[in-house]
Amino acid sequence: MKVKQTTQPLVMTQSEFLHIVMPFKDKLYRLAKRLLISSEEAEDATQEVLMKLWAGKKQMERYRNVEAFAMTMTKNFCLDRLKSKQSGNLKLVHSNYAEEGASLQREVETRNSVEWVERIMEELPEQQRMILQLRDVEEYDYEEIEKLLDMKPTAIRVALSRARKAVRDKLIEKHRYGIG
Amino acid sequence: MGSDRIEQLLEKYFEAATTAAEERELRAYFTGGDIAPHLEAYTPMFAFFSEARKERSTRQVPLKPRTYTYQWLSIAAAAVLMFGLYFGYEYREQQRAEYAYAQTRKALGMIAQNLDRGTAKVAHLGEFEEAKQKIYKNN
Repeated sequence: MKVKQTTQPLVMTQSEFLHIVMPFKDKLYRLAKRLLISSEEAEDATQEVLMKLWAGKKQMERYRNVEAFAMTMTKNFCLDRLKSKQSGNLKLVHSNYAEEGASLQREVETRNSVEWVERIMEELPEQQRMILQLRDVEEYDYEEIEKLLDMKPTAIRVALSRARKAVRDKLIEKHRYGIG
Repeated sequence: MGSDRIEQLLEKYFEAATTAAEERELRAYFTGGDIAPHLEAYTPMFAFFSEARKERSTRQVPLKPRTYTYQWLSIAAAAVLMFGLYFGYEYREQQRAEYAYAQTRKALGMIAQNLDRGTAKVAHLGEFEEAKQKIYKNN
């Protein structure tokens, strides 16, 4: 009887897993997209993280906050992806050049000033992008962000302030020129 | 809501000194309709955050029940293999035994044949003995 009690919570059905994971699946996707920009790649990243989570579901019970754990996994996965893209893979680097040209064109064409903010965010350093995403989009507590990014509170405030100001400055610049 | 208050909040916001509640206040102001003209420039920023929050992942997560079938498949395959090995072994043993039996039979048959031939030859010897006896008796 004792054995049964200890093993039972370890057996997690698919629907139980989805029940846990679904509430924050979109957050994973949005963080991934903020970092990887391409929505296709963001979907890939989300899928990858969820599948890893499913494969390691036995350990999942040990984490009090599965969402934070999954977000950290997503962050790490995306940063790795970006790193491997930067180092070496010539083909990807090349396609990035192509995309930059395209985004320039898009800049001119973008009428929607809301989309503009997204473009501006894409130009921010990854860390600032993540902090802005977590705080202003997902409305996370500072404490959660600290844990997720493994940063000191002051460092987060500084980066967040910089990110917000950068967006503001570019936006105002745009607004002044009347393109936005 | 007064634009003075919003200006104050904005200042705090850009220093990353606002609380979650104050940030909600700002978002509410900028996504509401009544925005002071000189603050208009900030609207896209807060509008974007609200928009971005609505973005959804559209791909289904293929949580492989397939792995289960694969697991069972491998178990089944292992079982079949074991059966195969076991019965294959049995069969081969049987074949070997039959072969040995046949060989033994053949060998025994050969011995018997040769033995017959031997006795036939010995029969000749018997005749010789008989003849010898006859000679002895006659002497």
